Amino acid sequence: MIELNNITYIVEDKGNKKVILDNISIKFEDNCVTAITGQNGSGKSTLTKIIIGIIRPTSGQILYNGTDITNYSIDERVKLGINYAFQQPITFKGLTIKELIDIATKQENSIPKACEYLSRVGICAKDYINRDFDKTLSGGEQKRVELALALAQNGNTVIFDEPEAGIDIWSFDRLNKIFEKNKSYIVVSHQTKFLSSADKIVVMQNGKIVQYDDAKTVLKNLKHTTCKKVEE
Amino acid sequence: MKLDKISQNLLEKIAKIHEIPNGAVSFRRNGKGEIVRSTPSIEIVRKEDGSGINIFVHSSCKNESCHIPVVVSEEDFFDLVYNDFYIEDGASVTIVAGCGVHSNGSGGHDGIHTFHIGKNAVVNYIENHIAIGNGSHKVLNPTTNITIGENSVMNMETNQLGGVDYSNRITKATLKENATINITEKILTNKFNVAKTDFKVHLIGKNSKCNIVSRSVARDESEQVFKSTIIGKNECFGHVECDGIVLDRAQISSVPRVDAKSNLASLSHEAAIGKIASEQIIKLMTLGLSEKEAENKIIECFLK
Repeated sequence: MIELNNITYIVEDKGNKKVILDNISIKFEDNCVTAITGQNGSGKSTLTKIIIGIIRPTSGQILYNGTDITNYSIDERVKLGINYAFQQPITFKGLTIKELIDIATKQENSIPKACEYLSRVGICAKDYINRDFDKTLSGGEQKRVELALALAQNGNTVIFDEPEAGIDIWSFDRLNKIFEKNKSYIVVSHQTKFLSSADKIVVMQNGKIVQYDDAKTVLKNLKHTTCKKVEE
Repeated sequence: MKLDKISQNLLEKIAKIHEIPNGAVSFRRNGKGEIVRSTPSIEIVRKEDGSGINIFVHSSCKNESCHIPVVVSEEDFFDLVYNDFYIEDGASVTIVAGCGVHSNGSGGHDGIHTFHIGKNAVVNYIENHIAIGNGSHKVLNPTTNITIGENSVMNMETNQLGGVDYSNRITKATLKENATINITEKILTNKFNVAKTDFKVHLIGKNSKCNIVSRSVARDESEQVFKSTIIGKNECFGHVECDGIVLDRAQISSVPRVDAKSNLASLSHEAAIGKIASEQIIKLMTLGLSEKEAENKIIECFLK
């Protein structure tokens, strides 16, 4: 279980202090899909980056299965079983998709095995496996590979920052379907379709959590988010 | 021929071989041509004055390889060699060259290679350079002069794999009609190494093409200067691309230049130099690598 206690994150902008996250405390339940939603700038992505360690909080504590990981590095958190997929995938010159899968899985995979990971997110794997993960891939292709890498890591807790951004509905549907029952997922999303399939929903506004409940309950009274209707 | 361990080590690094390979070979060590072996399709002849070799690749040569490594392992020895390559029409050959220097003092090698490539030929030319040992004046200055005939292709890969205190790499090429040259350069410098590169390509033939890609990593206090000039004198295509990663207190200067001497020439260049993007390191850390492992992986793949 991931537990955040009194997490505050403050940045300085031209001498002015700006509170990005304001004393947030929350327990993300195990074996559960928790969606985080809210307006742009409400602190959703920052919250997930604090969980994985990309951003260090100004104050507060992060516990993972009871262990205080507040001062753990990113890779130490990954080794504990927390995985993360970026909203905007990071590309590389000279690093192939196959090599990234090998890094993610901590082993040298056969081509068919590596292809399996890509197939899970709807990529025709043989066309991609030996390509560099660089800007020659479309935004949607990059995004799918990003999702495949997070899933390939096989951690107990997987964080997705806006997984639907930049990919087509078919892939989005597929992502919902490949969630495993005995794992925990934290997903930043604006999509009502995704929110309605989550177990729990966290609603953020101005760096605070304003609602956290079962998805059905939250969706009935959703006041603060800018959910988009997914076009079928 | 029995090789000493230093030569074996250097050969492994510059040509990925542990022993003298079969086929066409010229092995030069400390200024002496120790082995020269020809095949029916690739004839290697020592120059009479001992200054190098002439290599004749006949039209009958189809996808054969030729190894011409050079090793300098004597202290304070500087080798100068002139090798001339005559590639006949229609030949297809891979030439693996390169030099390894081992020195705890000073030592070096100046290799001047001249290619005369006929028509409809394909030449893959791989040139690896490395220096090892504790010396602080290990020098490699490769010069390559190339003339490429009609419809021929040259793929040139030049790699400086580390440890070279000073290098000045000069490459000049002239391309005739429908000729193509693809040049890939990879350079890694560290400590106080200085590496200079100067490519100059003349596209004189109609539909001649040139593509130069340089990737370099400079660490510690090292310095690199990359210059390239593509001159288009006809309907032609040329592109030069230089990417560099600068670490520590190192420096890289990149001077890509394109000169269109014809309004039909299509020439372009791009250069990007900078440190490793922090988000790339973070991404690899989210895949489980430590910060140092991530940095090394990015460099390794960048120069791959």
